[in-house]
Amino acid sequence: MAHVELKNITKKFRRHTALSDMSLDIPDGEFFVLLGPTGAGKTTTLRLIAGLDAPDSGSIAIGGKDVGSWGSAERDVALVFQYYSLYPHYTVRENLEFPLKSKHRRFTRDEIVTRVAKAAKTLRIEHLLERKTDRLSGGEMQRVSIGRAIVREPRVFLMDEPLSNLDAKLREILRAELKDLQMKLGATFLYVTHDQVEAMSMGDKVGILNHGRIVQIGTPHEIYNRPRDTFVATFVGSPAMNLLSAAVRVGRLIVEPGKLEVPLEGDVAVRAPSGADRVTLGVRSEDVLLGQGGLEGQVYAVENHGVEKVVTLKVNEHTLKATVPARMAIEVDTTVPFTFNPRKLQFFDAQTGVNLN
Amino acid sequence: MAEIVLRDVEKYFGDNYIIRKLNLDIRNGEFVVLLGPSGCGKTTTLRAIAGLEDIDSGDILIDGKPVQQLQAADRDIAFVFQLFALYPHLTAYSNIAFPLRATNESKAVVDQRVREVAKALRIEHLLDKRPSALSGGDMQRVAIGRALVRRPKAMLMDEPIGALDAKLREEMRAELKHIHIQNGATTVYVTHDQVEAMAMADKIAIMNEGVLQQVGTPSDVYEHPANLFVAQFIGSPIMNVVNASVRPGDGFTNVTIGEDDAALRFPNELYHKVVEHRHVEDDLAVGIRPEGVQVARVATDGYIPVEAHIIEPLGPYDIVDLKFGKQLLRARTTSGYVDKAGDVVWARLDERQTHFFSTRTGESLHIEM
Repeated sequence: MAHVELKNITKKFRRHTALSDMSLDIPDGEFFVLLGPTGAGKTTTLRLIAGLDAPDSGSIAIGGKDVGSWGSAERDVALVFQYYSLYPHYTVRENLEFPLKSKHRRFTRDEIVTRVAKAAKTLRIEHLLERKTDRLSGGEMQRVSIGRAIVREPRVFLMDEPLSNLDAKLREILRAELKDLQMKLGATFLYVTHDQVEAMSMGDKVGILNHGRIVQIGTPHEIYNRPRDTFVATFVGSPAMNLLSAAVRVGRLIVEPGKLEVPLEGDVAVRAPSGADRVTLGVRSEDVLLGQGGLEGQVYAVENHGVEKVVTLKVNEHTLKATVPARMAIEVDTTVPFTFNPRKLQFFDAQTGVNLN
Repeated sequence: MAEIVLRDVEKYFGDNYIIRKLNLDIRNGEFVVLLGPSGCGKTTTLRAIAGLEDIDSGDILIDGKPVQQLQAADRDIAFVFQLFALYPHLTAYSNIAFPLRATNESKAVVDQRVREVAKALRIEHLLDKRPSALSGGDMQRVAIGRALVRRPKAMLMDEPIGALDAKLREEMRAELKHIHIQNGATTVYVTHDQVEAMAMADKIAIMNEGVLQQVGTPSDVYEHPANLFVAQFIGSPIMNVVNASVRPGDGFTNVTIGEDDAALRFPNELYHKVVEHRHVEDDLAVGIRPEGVQVARVATDGYIPVEAHIIEPLGPYDIVDLKFGKQLLRARTTSGYVDKAGDVVWARLDERQTHFFSTRTGESLHIEM
């Protein structure tokens, strides 16, 4: 168990800057998710913490000690990858024993047996212990890979998209299992993914990485409700947040093009940036309220999602997504009234995309 | 325009059935999605309709005529694959125009049709570009354009957006659906992604291990799944399914879940309905979607106390694991409704959203409350 701290890390590969001036502070026992698109620098971060690569500048501390000069084995962190790096001809038990038999760690036979039994019980793979790993399903293999990390009782778990090769249903099940595991172990987890649903559902804290820079760190709730900029706003949440270019006037917004007028009343009129003439208006699909209000849109497509429907609206030149309850009857090519939930409107700087609130 | 009918279609390799006694009616202009896990026979079915695959028995009828003897090219059907299969040395324009080259249409007609299709797909500005200069989404738009330009009787699509990233898939779903509504061609679409199927289909045909499980509208299969496979394949988060037993109570029916983990009150008539369906009591599973598990923060009549475990804040709503004794049931609540793991809240199952299945056959008992 350990506190992980990265300070002002920069890492370059030739002329490409993979990480620039990155700082992270992960308290002991936290489930921290690093979320970002491909190429954002997520895997590089893990490799630096694991000691597989060295940063060009900045420092890494684990449990309060600077580990810059430490080798990978001394850092005592466990890495779990997307691809289950298991030994195919060995049994599950042999795979789990393997990390305990390395030269660096001297464990007694009894201790090895105890640790393997404990890990197998935690992951519910006791019935698979004598099976060869090439006879396992994808989900079972990933459980065994995680088991290989657990038996070592490392100070930190580093996970690199461990679920992304599994099918949707299995991913959903393992998501809950991993979170449950982390809560049981009370261990520090740094989990890397490009999947915002994984990040939101598992992370105590989520750090959003783009082009090698941390854009925002917060709880899932903060990230969703107060995105720092338009990148975070559209990367987190499905459907993506609607963004509209608008001009701020006294008591109303004019959405361009098409001069769509959105009245601003009460609290939102106060929040609306009076100084900025042009803003980017952000509104989540569940805050586009259909069947009421003074605006009108043409229904372009309706998607059934079981518990709700996602409606694509065309309003002049704009495309808007709205989420409505499944029971609401909506026909394609009809005109429907709508309005925005004024309390949930977000305002971003038209140039920089930074949230103005 | 075309009506496609499959009658007792079978396909096997030795003793292995790929498709078993498949009967499916696809009406003129309908958007039908074949949905199932990999290896369920959905792609083979699609290829059989296209004429790319022979069937071992049964009939495939297009507009009432058997087509087994017709070559793929003579069936007047267009096929769109997951991989774009564009000619890399031709521009988007020439790629789309390609199928018309063989038809002796005048240059002016070809040009008009290509531009029409490009407009519908919003790729007019990309017509001069070669595939290597296009994004994944645009390449797939061109591939779809090439299929549409022939104005085929039917469009067959095999995971056409499966290779795109999540955001683009979301966008393309609405686009494809809209194009379908505009051009009205009968469409058969294969996917393993239930979200895609629900979002786009007029009708979903769910397959597993070569056997058709259920055919219905998205709301049919979501609200009235025919069996446990469909119940748990459709919907995310997965429908909760737990073993249960049913006993008559005083003015209500007692539904006990797990091994006496929790007793829940259901309307009186439930017991009689279960008896009517002639299943022994211990042969019962209860299924409920997370939105059917109702949660209250204070003690409420008809609700039982349960402990909250993992909370997944997904943005507009949370998915909360609730411990009904040893059984975990997932509930959907408004964002932030349950504060933290370990909190005690009160819960009940909405009887109108509760499904009852036979654990022996996996079939729904079709008990509606």
